[in-house]
Amino acid sequence: MKKRSGTFYLLMVPVLLWLMLLIVIPHLDMVYRSFRFETDDWEMVFSLNNYLTFFRDQIYWLTFVKTALYSIGVTFLAFVVTFPVAFYLTKVVGKQYSSFMTLLLLIPIWIGELVTVYGWMILLRDNGVINTFLINIGIINEPIEMLFTNFSMTIGLLYMSMLFMIVPMMSALDSLDDSLIEAASDLGASKWTIFSKIIIPYTTPGIVSGGIIVFMLVIGDYVAPNILGGKSSLWFTEQIYNKFLMSFNWNEGAAFGFLLLGLSSAIVWVALKLSGQKLEKVGS
Amino acid sequence: MSYVLEINNVTKKFGDFTAVKSVSFNVEDGGFFSILGGSGCGKTTLLRMISGFEDVTEGELLIRGESMAGIPPERRPVNIVFQNLALFPMMNVEKNVAFGLQRQKLPKKEVNNRVTEMLERVGLVGFEKKKVTELSGGQRQRVAIARSLVLRPSILLLDEPLGALDRKLREHMKIELKVLQREIGTTFIYITHDQSEALVMSDHVAVMNEGQFEQIDTPKNLYKNPATSFVAGFVGESNEFNITGYADGELTTDNGCKLVKPGLDFQPKKLFIRPEAFILDSPETLPDVALINTRIRNILFDGANTKLSVVVKESSDEMLISLPQNAKFDNLHDGDDLQVGIHQDDLKCYKN
Repeated sequence: MKKRSGTFYLLMVPVLLWLMLLIVIPHLDMVYRSFRFETDDWEMVFSLNNYLTFFRDQIYWLTFVKTALYSIGVTFLAFVVTFPVAFYLTKVVGKQYSSFMTLLLLIPIWIGELVTVYGWMILLRDNGVINTFLINIGIINEPIEMLFTNFSMTIGLLYMSMLFMIVPMMSALDSLDDSLIEAASDLGASKWTIFSKIIIPYTTPGIVSGGIIVFMLVIGDYVAPNILGGKSSLWFTEQIYNKFLMSFNWNEGAAFGFLLLGLSSAIVWVALKLSGQKLEKVGS
Repeated sequence: MSYVLEINNVTKKFGDFTAVKSVSFNVEDGGFFSILGGSGCGKTTLLRMISGFEDVTEGELLIRGESMAGIPPERRPVNIVFQNLALFPMMNVEKNVAFGLQRQKLPKKEVNNRVTEMLERVGLVGFEKKKVTELSGGQRQRVAIARSLVLRPSILLLDEPLGALDRKLREHMKIELKVLQREIGTTFIYITHDQSEALVMSDHVAVMNEGQFEQIDTPKNLYKNPATSFVAGFVGESNEFNITGYADGELTTDNGCKLVKPGLDFQPKKLFIRPEAFILDSPETLPDVALINTRIRNILFDGANTKLSVVVKESSDEMLISLPQNAKFDNLHDGDDLQVGIHQDDLKCYKN
């Protein structure tokens, strides 16, 4: 085997510190906690009870299913909303404008999720901008209840996550040579065929990698569901939060955390299989 | 005579810039027609107008007698082989070739038959399932050509498809393309800046300069009798001289040569002489041959293309002379004096 120099080991230290202290050890601690259970005699034992709680109580796994379905839905919406924008910025508008516009798009990230969520509250509440406008132009008489619903939660999740979709998609579209589109058109393809047979297959790695980021952000988000969703919109991260900080049951909280990790990983795996992508290819 | 493509006074403007200026030409069915020109001469714009990616500002463009005005690329009976080939990287060879046929909604069986037949024709049997990214340059070339030809277009347009290949492969593909065109009989319109590609493959070549055609002719005529000074300078190698005077059938060049060239009915300004037109073997014995005294400055050895770089005596102007590689001229050295002859028919004179 090749002999490694001292520098090699020196450079390895930060990586190892990061991986061990920030990822491996905390997770091992959480795994340990998730299998600990306090009996009626205040005795800590190893048990599967924390995980079983999840299946016994309907509210938990219903929230779980809802969280998963909404996250998939928001990811799909993010694709639908951002694809035309990404296409316009890379293929239609000139380079000098497109970089400026991309910068504008990224502004919400600089402000932070909490502030943008409050911004949406101003827009969506009963006497907010949208309702006032609709009443003034006479379309509705009574304000529509938008805030603290699944609708407002979806908007919030979409708004904070879709930018992470647009960047990988733009870089995929950027590498798509215009002559491929012209060649397809020359060979007799309609606009729709060019879109479905050339552009989408070509950009699939970008779409999948953006989709994974959006999905992970959404399924693990707390701020938007909690503030914009209100009481009616249960999100699984809220259940975990409640376990840790409301009922101080860290063991159940840890178990729920791992269930979420397992769920999101499983969905990503299925999505990769369905789209025929490899994790290494998408991740790069 | 039926023409597959007729172009009448076609002009293309981009804003104030005129890329193609009132070009007219006809292409015979089944021919190999090349458009030769330097970069920015408008040849690609012309090709894009034929294929339908650019519209015609003025003039008319007919394919098999039908006007192509307002007809989009996907409905024109022409197909194009792009400069970078534009193969679909996410599809294998077979799917690339089948793409156009599938768009025509042909039965699956017919699609398969025609793809197989076309792959046989271009020598890619056994590569059906290969990804196009796994192929070599020449194989990718053939996939691109097969993908277009399988649609049996009236015209196949080729936009410098050999540009990206290395020299050896390019020489090989030149011959292959010419043979393929003969076999299939489809009209090829080939765009290139490489004169050798145009001369070797074509039945007719149009030389384009600043949006206009300078000359349309057979390769041989183009080389032997260039119509304009641009063609004389662009096609093949030439020594260029400025003419300072013409009187009594004798030219005077600015480096002091006096050359007999009777019968010009205009005042010539430019003179072109091909390197291989010079006669080295006792020129003084031949009739109608003007003599030039030169001194050898350099022998540029390049096998069969070996040239002498000589200066015309009493001036510093250099010119190139082809040197046959035979024993007779083996004893030439740098600095030797050399008398060369040039037949008056090989003096090509132009007004500007």
